Amino acid sequence: MTAVDDRPTAEIGTARRRKEDRRLVTGRTRWTDNIQLPGMLHLAMVRSPFAHATINGVDTAAAKAAPGVIAVLTGSDIADIQGVNITAWPISPDQKTPDHLPMPLERVAHAGEIVAVVAARTAAQARDAAELVDVDLEELPAVLDLKRAATDEVLAHPALETNKSAFWQLDSAAQGSGGDVDEAIATARESGIVIEREYRQQRLIPAFMEPRSTVVDPTGEQVVMWSATQVPHVLRFCIAATTGLPESKIRVIAPDVGGGFGGKLQSTPEEFVTLAVARTLGKPCKYTETRSETMVSAHHGRDQWQKLTLAAEKDGTVTALKVDLMADLGAYAAIVGGGVPVLGAWMFNSIYKFGAYQFNCTTYYTNKTWVDAYRGAGRPEATYAIERLMDELAAEVGVDPLEIREKNWIGHEEFPFTTVAGMTYDSGNYEAATARAKELFGYDELRAEQQRRRESGDPVQLGIGVSTFTEMCGLAPSRVLGSLDYGAGGWESASIRMLATGTVEVVTGASAHGQGHETAWSQIVADRLGVPFESVEVLHGDTQIAPKGMDTYGSRSLVVGGEALVRAADKVIEKARPLAAHMLEASVDDLEFTEGRFTVKGTDKGVGITDVALAAWTGHDYPEGVEPSIDADATYDPVNFSFPHGTHLCAMEVDTETGATRMRTYVCVDDIGTIINPLIVEGQVHGGLVQGIAQALWEGAEYDEQGTLVSGSFVDYTLPTSADTISFVTDHTTSPSTSNSLGTKGVGEAGTIASTPAVVNAVVDALRPMGVDDVEMPCTPERVWKAIRSGGGTQHADTTPAQQAHFDEGAPNQDPAAGTTDGVVQ
Amino acid sequence: MTRITVSVDGVPYTDEVEPRTLLVHYLREVVGKVGTVVGCDTSNCGACTVHLDGRSVKSCNVLAVQADGHEVTTIEGLAVDGELHPMQAAFHENHALQCGYCTPGMIMQAVDLLTENPHPTEDEIRQGMEGNLCRCTGYHNIVKAVAAVAGSTSGEGSGAR
Repeated sequence: MTAVDDRPTAEIGTARRRKEDRRLVTGRTRWTDNIQLPGMLHLAMVRSPFAHATINGVDTAAAKAAPGVIAVLTGSDIADIQGVNITAWPISPDQKTPDHLPMPLERVAHAGEIVAVVAARTAAQARDAAELVDVDLEELPAVLDLKRAATDEVLAHPALETNKSAFWQLDSAAQGSGGDVDEAIATARESGIVIEREYRQQRLIPAFMEPRSTVVDPTGEQVVMWSATQVPHVLRFCIAATTGLPESKIRVIAPDVGGGFGGKLQSTPEEFVTLAVARTLGKPCKYTETRSETMVSAHHGRDQWQKLTLAAEKDGTVTALKVDLMADLGAYAAIVGGGVPVLGAWMFNSIYKFGAYQFNCTTYYTNKTWVDAYRGAGRPEATYAIERLMDELAAEVGVDPLEIREKNWIGHEEFPFTTVAGMTYDSGNYEAATARAKELFGYDELRAEQQRRRESGDPVQLGIGVSTFTEMCGLAPSRVLGSLDYGAGGWESASIRMLATGTVEVVTGASAHGQGHETAWSQIVADRLGVPFESVEVLHGDTQIAPKGMDTYGSRSLVVGGEALVRAADKVIEKARPLAAHMLEASVDDLEFTEGRFTVKGTDKGVGITDVALAAWTGHDYPEGVEPSIDADATYDPVNFSFPHGTHLCAMEVDTETGATRMRTYVCVDDIGTIINPLIVEGQVHGGLVQGIAQALWEGAEYDEQGTLVSGSFVDYTLPTSADTISFVTDHTTSPSTSNSLGTKGVGEAGTIASTPAVVNAVVDALRPMGVDDVEMPCTPERVWKAIRSGGGTQHADTTPAQQAHFDEGAPNQDPAAGTTDGVVQ
Repeated sequence: MTRITVSVDGVPYTDEVEPRTLLVHYLREVVGKVGTVVGCDTSNCGACTVHLDGRSVKSCNVLAVQADGHEVTTIEGLAVDGELHPMQAAFHENHALQCGYCTPGMIMQAVDLLTENPHPTEDEIRQGMEGNLCRCTGYHNIVKAVAAVAGSTSGEGSGAR
């Protein structure tokens, strides 16, 4: 009999508390840096302080003589086995791609590159000795600014003879998905509206909380690597492809991983150097980076200039969009590399029906930290551009920003809809999400308050920002990836093992690092197989336990991996059916499977699937021609992307005298299709929102003119704190995806993609009467203040009570010297 | 080397340490309390927060020798006889963690916050947790979890489980 339990009738849709939490709240977590092996050595890296330099020599003598030091190695010591950090996505056949050695032998191309490694008995000894390594570096001219890189005056890699890596274009006329963009723009110049803008996507740092760490054990038959990575399977492939180690001799394990956000979607120099040192010395080695090393050496995100031309008719009907992107790759083409901005190609047209569209992207090298995926990867940049432009168009036409969007968006009755970029959106309902968001936000009341404050000349102005976004998730149909010359497939794999004692082992090729897969996957399997939630154990993140996988990124795990899981579960049921029929002495055709039991139609005879599992395990009595196992594997290759969407509304208060901003309300209504676990979904949305808001208001990786990362620690790279943020209002509308059987669309990146333009639109909306039509991100008080001053127009009146704190006379914490001359000399 | 005696989660330890050893490194590398983690090198992130004689400290900002003769409580010492501390239970119940890396420090700081101010407003919770960074949750559910414990401490037992 199946276990009697009081589980909910359907697990899917239930706010199950996470299975993962118990170990995480009690400190029993297995982080990579917690691993200790007998005889293990600790590594410290010696890194280049210069952005671009020739390595004339490395004197390791003093370091080698330091206490506890076992070895000090340079690039030439590991040249034959160190491998190379490859790019998986050359975006054009003629893409220029410099070799990226984990430890370069001759030349460093950005500050933070590794030039030597110390292996010592303790981490402190390794770090002390690293200080004694004398590296003779001869500085070369460095190119740091993206626009200057395009001039080729200074070369990031002189041997390439240019800084340009590749050019990639999508043209709606050429591919037959729309009209000619230049014609439409010319027409609009004659008789319509043309909006031309240039926006900056500043460079960001993913800043996962767990610093990267790698342990390599070369003892035994296999080399085992534990690493704080999102992509153990991809990493194993990269090691096998470039180091000469056979893939079958490499086991990569991602134990508990403390966040990634794209930042751990990489094969890193640190992983490869640790592997090379462990193999050279024949001893287990551990390398754990300091936060300052993370900031300068782990890949960064974004960093684009976007030149945009939007053409519309006088009434605000958009006719064309032309996009010219410059993207900074940093010093090397990373694993996705130039593919990140290209992922935006299908998203600039967003939820709208444009007649013509052209996307042009040119990638460049500079002597800065390499750039790759960061939460959203290409799609936040695209969404920012179009959502800022739609606000500009609304201002030009003189209508509400929501009205201009409604005029141009795809109606709910028009799905499936093939866009001007050539993507087919399967489902969506922009009207429903927007109506719900407006209601929760109190849109009309806030607009009325805004009007009042404008009329009274309140120094603290109110701005309302809109972002109606969509994204493409579920990366990705393998054939589509193949057509884009991506180096791998986009399928995902799952296995289900029905254990003899009634529990169910689920193996997934996705590799969670905070997403809660152990809980959500258990819910899906519990429903499908009719077994208790508690009986399901989810295994992942180890290439020996989960031998097939494409890992976790791009909001793909549930949409692709969840479907693989469903298919594996369905195979389990089909394999169990003939065994159940045999046990019940019935015909296979007479069996029904519901809630974990096979029953004979019209009788009370039945057997539970876990009993079938036990019978298969004993193998004492089973039908001829059937194997004694009901375990099953499935590999699922998606047929299409999924397209979550949502309407985000943000109210910002802007002090026009100081430039300070304060978020007052943030409402989002997302349509992510079927929700497996609402609790996990809310968490993903909240965290995503804050990362997107942080791009709008606070974060930016800044280099000085020497190529030193000046925002190189958590002191200078200003992650938001609890005191900087507010509680959010979130809700959902649901139009299930039609491309997978669960109807899911993906949620991991939604908040980050949508929130950045909502916030900046709100800031600009507050200031628009002052002639301001843009504030560069991050919208710091200084930038807001300068925008107000350059836009002209300051107003003087009383502050609306109970709104943003202002300088009240007689209030505490004011500069005691204010109004006197004493302050001047202090 | 300096000899220190420190009580960690109720157990006394006597060890020889280099005077420069940070408390967090002593806890992780000598005592084996790897539930307490390191997230930065500038005392910004708070992931290493523990209690020193009942008050929260960032253990990367304290030398091991300063803990000599004192009592340290880590995340591993918070649950009693397998029963989660109400703050641990509230973090679970309110989904106040995702990757969980900041969680030990967050919980230790949250416990201290309520010791100091048993009935904080949302704003006081946000100010009181400002020294602990989280990249996953956007703080929304962390604030909710702390508020839930604050709201339940007036009655018997904890609503969070």
